[in-house]
Amino acid sequence: MAYSEDDLKQDLVDQEYAFGFTTDVDSEKIPKGLTEETVRIISSKKDEPEWLLEYRLNAFSVFQGMTEPDWAHVTYKKPNLQDIVFYSAPKPKKELASLDEVDPEILKTMERLGISLDEQKVLTGVAIDFVMDSVSVATSFKEKLGELGVIFCSFSDAVKEHPELVKKYLGTVVPSSDNYYAALNSAVFSDGSFCYIPKGTKCPMELSTYFRINEQGTGQFERTLLIADKGSYVSYLEGCTAPQRDENQLHAAVVELIALDDAEIKYSTVQNWYPGDKNGLGGVFNFVTKRGICERNAKISWTQVETGSAITWKYPSCILKGDNSIGEFYSVAVTNNHQMADTGTKMLHIGKNTKSTIISKGISAGKSHNSYRGLVKIGKGADNARNFSQCDSLLMTDTCGAHTYPYIECENPSAHLEHEATTSKIGEDQKFYCMQRGIGEEKAISLIVNGYAKEVLNKLPMEFAVEAQKLLEISLEGSVG
Amino acid sequence: MLQVKNLHASVGDKEILKGLNIEVNAGEIHAIMGPNGSGKSTLSAVLAGRDEYEVTAGEVVYLGKELLELNPEERSWEGIFLAFQYPVEIPGVSNINFLKTAINERRKYFKQDPIAAKDFLKMVKEKSALVELSDKLKNRSVNVGFSGGEKKRNEIFQMAMLEPKLSILDETDSGLDIDALKIVAHGVNTLKSKDNATIVITHYQRLLDYIIPDFVHVLYDGRIIKTGGKELALELEEKGYDWLIKEEA
Repeated sequence: MAYSEDDLKQDLVDQEYAFGFTTDVDSEKIPKGLTEETVRIISSKKDEPEWLLEYRLNAFSVFQGMTEPDWAHVTYKKPNLQDIVFYSAPKPKKELASLDEVDPEILKTMERLGISLDEQKVLTGVAIDFVMDSVSVATSFKEKLGELGVIFCSFSDAVKEHPELVKKYLGTVVPSSDNYYAALNSAVFSDGSFCYIPKGTKCPMELSTYFRINEQGTGQFERTLLIADKGSYVSYLEGCTAPQRDENQLHAAVVELIALDDAEIKYSTVQNWYPGDKNGLGGVFNFVTKRGICERNAKISWTQVETGSAITWKYPSCILKGDNSIGEFYSVAVTNNHQMADTGTKMLHIGKNTKSTIISKGISAGKSHNSYRGLVKIGKGADNARNFSQCDSLLMTDTCGAHTYPYIECENPSAHLEHEATTSKIGEDQKFYCMQRGIGEEKAISLIVNGYAKEVLNKLPMEFAVEAQKLLEISLEGSVG
Repeated sequence: MLQVKNLHASVGDKEILKGLNIEVNAGEIHAIMGPNGSGKSTLSAVLAGRDEYEVTAGEVVYLGKELLELNPEERSWEGIFLAFQYPVEIPGVSNINFLKTAINERRKYFKQDPIAAKDFLKMVKEKSALVELSDKLKNRSVNVGFSGGEKKRNEIFQMAMLEPKLSILDETDSGLDIDALKIVAHGVNTLKSKDNATIVITHYQRLLDYIIPDFVHVLYDGRIIKTGGKELALELEEKGYDWLIKEEA
């Protein structure tokens, strides 16, 4: 067929599209504030089915009867919800075929973090699902995963394409009524990630999602739902960064993990949201509810490296419902300047022969406060449950604080519980020893701190471990007292 | 190589070194002996640049440079090595990683590229053999779970790896049994050359049976009160320090 004038016109249109990117991503926003109407607008903007709108409205009504919790060891000015924009989405664009077409602004932020996308793509085969503000703008490796029946997509897409799975599992691990922030999230969540691993499938690549706050004053309410069907395995990586902001930004995410019989989920997080400046101005409020449920012989492993946010309130937990199920929590939390972190885990032993391990390493510098808060609960029927907890705190200065709140509730006498805790100050002797060998003070601190956190860093997937080490170094820059 | 002139140093209000003089040339081994509290460890700490010690007077010239103006890592890069009396534990940092970092930081200072993995491993193999340090210890966290003797052998291993010009061994013999002492001494003797120098700080003459000093200095109350050859150490072993202290008084 001859190349007609119409074809040419069409080509020109397509071409304009291909080069039509702007560096500042435009956003579609709704007015500030939170009312039932806000919830309805979000749901309708996203073209959601009726059942999801109902889910949101129920959550909103529960939320209205709740007050913001204040038991955590953090102090901050409570955000005014009427001053927050609850939805913003990049304007629709042409679907991206490859990562090379991703907005260069995003790539720039990634590169500053030392993550080269291309490199990751080539070296590690990581499938990356960007969450830019609230709507996913690019999804890769989808096809390859599709061949195995693995579903890895944005939450919105999952609602459209796999409503039965979403409907079945949404809110089953973290009910809307769970806590103030979870209720808020359930009412107004904008987007997030969805992942389903079919029976007996070992997901061949690490799945990762990068979250990023882009719009000033826009709250982020991410929703993640990850289901590992019987006998499957998945390793999921989540990392986040936010550009510098003067205003506090509210981030209230909910992550739900479901590990069915004999399944294993490894969930790793590197969190470096903007922590505020040296004087404690600005920074992200990070109020996250993360929880997973293990059926028979299932295993969930949480690994987190928390260096960012002005305020962190986060307790990735495991409900060990099935017999022989295993829960693990490995955490490094770094606070500097005026940061405050209250983080830990809950291990709820319900099934028989359930095992849990908790390794928490807090590092505090500047005038920050770093708390470990954990609960190990052994239910009546949890025969032969075992827990090992180790909570260490490392102090970099005389002006920071480390706090440990380990709670244990045991209703079954056959349980075996061990708890170890240490608090130490970074040693002058250690620093001098390094310096005498030619390792300068900043480098020495980085070496000592990374050594201290090694048990946890070792649990991270290889490429994340390197990034996390860099992050610890950057986070503690200038912390030498 | 090293000229220490009229060195005064204090911790808090307490003056510990009170006008110490010593000169060390390349190719020499100097032993510094003296009773407890005479200032031996203070001298090593001041030379290495520990900041709890305040130098109130005097001068230290090392290879033509004002040593006291350099920070501890610069002194290390310029070739000063201190074998610690109490080697420090660094959990989670492998011995090998620690040394590689140290070597590369120095190479960076001299604007050299990081050492090639192959060369580094070859060096580790060669130098660890010198003090019979097992592979197990090389990969363990720095000094964590090491016995007293292993820690001291590890110090000499690090010394061998860093190839210093001036080594200061601070009570390296303390806590060593005779076999470990021989191994350590063998390491030190093997590393000796006409271009480097060693200061051995010790309580006992015993170590000097294996590391033969060119000079023996007696440190008492912050000053060197007597200097002699290796026979002075034997004399001290036999007669103690009292006769010298009386002589001084």
